[in-house]
Amino acid sequence: MTQESSASLSDIAAQAGAWLDGNWDPELGLVEWRNKLVDSGWGMPEWPAQWYGRDFGAAEVRTVEQEFARRGVVGVARAGIRLLAAATLLEHGSEEQKQQFLRRILTGEDTWCQLFSEPGSGSDLAGSTTRAERDGDHWSVNGQKVWTTSAQHAHWGLLVARTDWEVPKHKGLSYFIIDMKQNGIDVQPLKQMNGHASFNQVFLTNALVRSEHLVGAVGDGWKVAMTTLSHERRRADGVRSGYADIGLQVEKSGRIFDEERDELATVMEPYSWYPQRAGRVDLAAPRAIESGRIEEPAVRQELARLLTMSASAEWTARRARAAQRLGKAQGPEGSLGKLAASHVARQASRVHTLIAGSDALFAGPQSVEDGIIAEILLSTPAVSIAGGTDEIQRNIIAERVLGMPKEARVDGGPFRDVPRNPTN
Amino acid sequence: MQFHFSDEQEQFRMMVRRFFERQCPTSATRKLMDDELGYEPAVWRRMSSELGLAGVALPEQFGGGAFGAVEEAIVAEECGRSLAASPLFASSVLAARCIHKVASSADCERLLPALARGDRTAALALSEPNAEPSLSGITCTLTVDQDARLSGRKHAVIDGANADVIVVVARLAGSTGDAGITLVEVDPGATGVTVSVQQPLDPTRKLAAIEFRDVQARVLGEPGEAASGLRRALNQALIALSSEMVGGASRLFEDTLEYTKLRMQFGRTIASFQAIKHRMSELLLSVELAKSAAYFAAEACAADDPDLNYYASLAKAAASDAYMLAATEAVQLHGGIGFTWDADVHLWFKRAKSSEVLLGDASWHRERMILNLPAEVSARRAGQAE
Repeated sequence: MTQESSASLSDIAAQAGAWLDGNWDPELGLVEWRNKLVDSGWGMPEWPAQWYGRDFGAAEVRTVEQEFARRGVVGVARAGIRLLAAATLLEHGSEEQKQQFLRRILTGEDTWCQLFSEPGSGSDLAGSTTRAERDGDHWSVNGQKVWTTSAQHAHWGLLVARTDWEVPKHKGLSYFIIDMKQNGIDVQPLKQMNGHASFNQVFLTNALVRSEHLVGAVGDGWKVAMTTLSHERRRADGVRSGYADIGLQVEKSGRIFDEERDELATVMEPYSWYPQRAGRVDLAAPRAIESGRIEEPAVRQELARLLTMSASAEWTARRARAAQRLGKAQGPEGSLGKLAASHVARQASRVHTLIAGSDALFAGPQSVEDGIIAEILLSTPAVSIAGGTDEIQRNIIAERVLGMPKEARVDGGPFRDVPRNPTN
Repeated sequence: MQFHFSDEQEQFRMMVRRFFERQCPTSATRKLMDDELGYEPAVWRRMSSELGLAGVALPEQFGGGAFGAVEEAIVAEECGRSLAASPLFASSVLAARCIHKVASSADCERLLPALARGDRTAALALSEPNAEPSLSGITCTLTVDQDARLSGRKHAVIDGANADVIVVVARLAGSTGDAGITLVEVDPGATGVTVSVQQPLDPTRKLAAIEFRDVQARVLGEPGEAASGLRRALNQALIALSSEMVGGASRLFEDTLEYTKLRMQFGRTIASFQAIKHRMSELLLSVELAKSAAYFAAEACAADDPDLNYYASLAKAAASDAYMLAATEAVQLHGGIGFTWDADVHLWFKRAKSSEVLLGDASWHRERMILNLPAEVSARRAGQAE
């Protein structure tokens, strides 16, 4: 790092620190405080200066985050998919849309959900059959969406729907913001094989979208959706390291923390099983040792396999981040994390079964580790499906990283003629 | 931990790679497969004098090149990639380093500079028939009176038939476990030494069985005190071997990928079949994970990490599995041609197999990982972790 840039970073730290010292008060209301953050530009400094930010790069942003963490200060709302919505609007939204939505995204007043997947189009997102038709100064939407997190709380939905059936599939989609609190929308929980219902099915029956809530042009839906998804992927790969750790050391009492805890409890509730889904590698060796099962040769071998895989995957991710940080050309290591996570989760499930022995027959709070082990065994299958199946990941690696030929397409003509799943 | 190579290290890698590409094509490797010595002395001289590679494992004080563990890993990886035949692994990485970690400075002064220059070569006699690859399993026996006398049998001594000096891992008579482990130097021409060439499965690694019958030996370091020094040296050798293996696995991967893009069947390249694409993606994952493990272990070695037993074994376990997977997939995806002598695939296949077993196979190293679990792995973490 050069002298010059570290000097300017310390200036930024001093400025942010001075502003926080003058304004931060844990007895403020959550929304009241976040409005101050939004007006000051310190709440989301990586955003454009024109829209509540400061045009900061990654190093500057980290510096600001450290000032927040050092003081245990509550930041703008980040949970859920709100920042994917914001990133999409910043890139493709109209001035009016940015004016209407961005501030309330950051204050946490509005909650968002993502209406992309459908029962008939999972991996093949562009095969969406939910239709949007012009109806005077509105769009009228009919169809069904699925795997929608927080749809029951959301005020707004990011919607991909088909507006033209006569053109190839990717060209006939449009992207909308839809008001979730209306009669044409019916939200039903979707119960999963592990008993949780973290997602919803969303039925749209003559649901209305205001014409000014079309994002981009008619027919741009695929392009706009790619922006949303690229931010989702970036968020899945990235880490906001160090932030939470430092903050934990600060005593958090005051009205604002109570409000923040309530907010987080609601938003995070669907994700309570996610650590178990990833396999809880952290529990494997301690449980093998505590239970004495570590003496079993098969347990030792499979545990060591798991630890090898999990550590190597973590180091591979760190190689990718180091290359990114140094601005070096991305090697293949950057595309492998998702596939590696599936292997780790499956192996973790195998090891937890070996360690548990006949205890693996039981589930629920009376079973081992308060049911955590059973939850691991029934949740890991989701890793190789959610966010892009292993099969799609392997295609992406082969085609984009290894330069192997793309699959021949049979779905290139007008979408009306493309074979698809029956809809009811 | 850096998790990346510096620009200087990348330049060093490219220099070594270009040298091996020019000097050690597979046509040369094939000739050396039938050669008793197993390497080209002129190439070894250039590796030693121009690149300083013979001193890769030694400090400057004893004629080494002041390479770090990461540079050594780079050299090993490029060796594995090219299958360059040389005494580098047997003499420099194994024998010279064991001497350095165990012997007195007078003995280091006497033995190491010639090894570091590549003027002489050494072989390490470690492995014994029917014994697991741990120091505690050593049975070659040393009696120390007025002089030291060695008896016992070693096998699979790499370059054992051609070395100028043999260093032997033995134990003091009557000792067990780590206590009593001693490193001795033996003149291959001494009375009572019988060296016999063993036909290797991998003809790019020359092996010999050596029998010692009451042979006069010279103790290096303190008698009975060699275990911890040897363990450090062998951990570093394991990391170098793992690096060599991921280099070979990468090469197999790249050659196979290229072949699938050229080979036409059913009117299209076989790379266009999803069955092939998915296998190549999985293979890439295995190879890259093993690479990360080898890189991490090399950095841990450079940083003198207290859990090096664990990380070295993790790297070897990952490299063993990934290299063999790459080798079997490479033969399979080359199809019939991949099973022929004329195709080069089997050269790496055999190297993968010999490397898999050398210094302990994947299962053995997984067991060693469990015996050496770091505290952060074996203890419960505070709070919930994903």
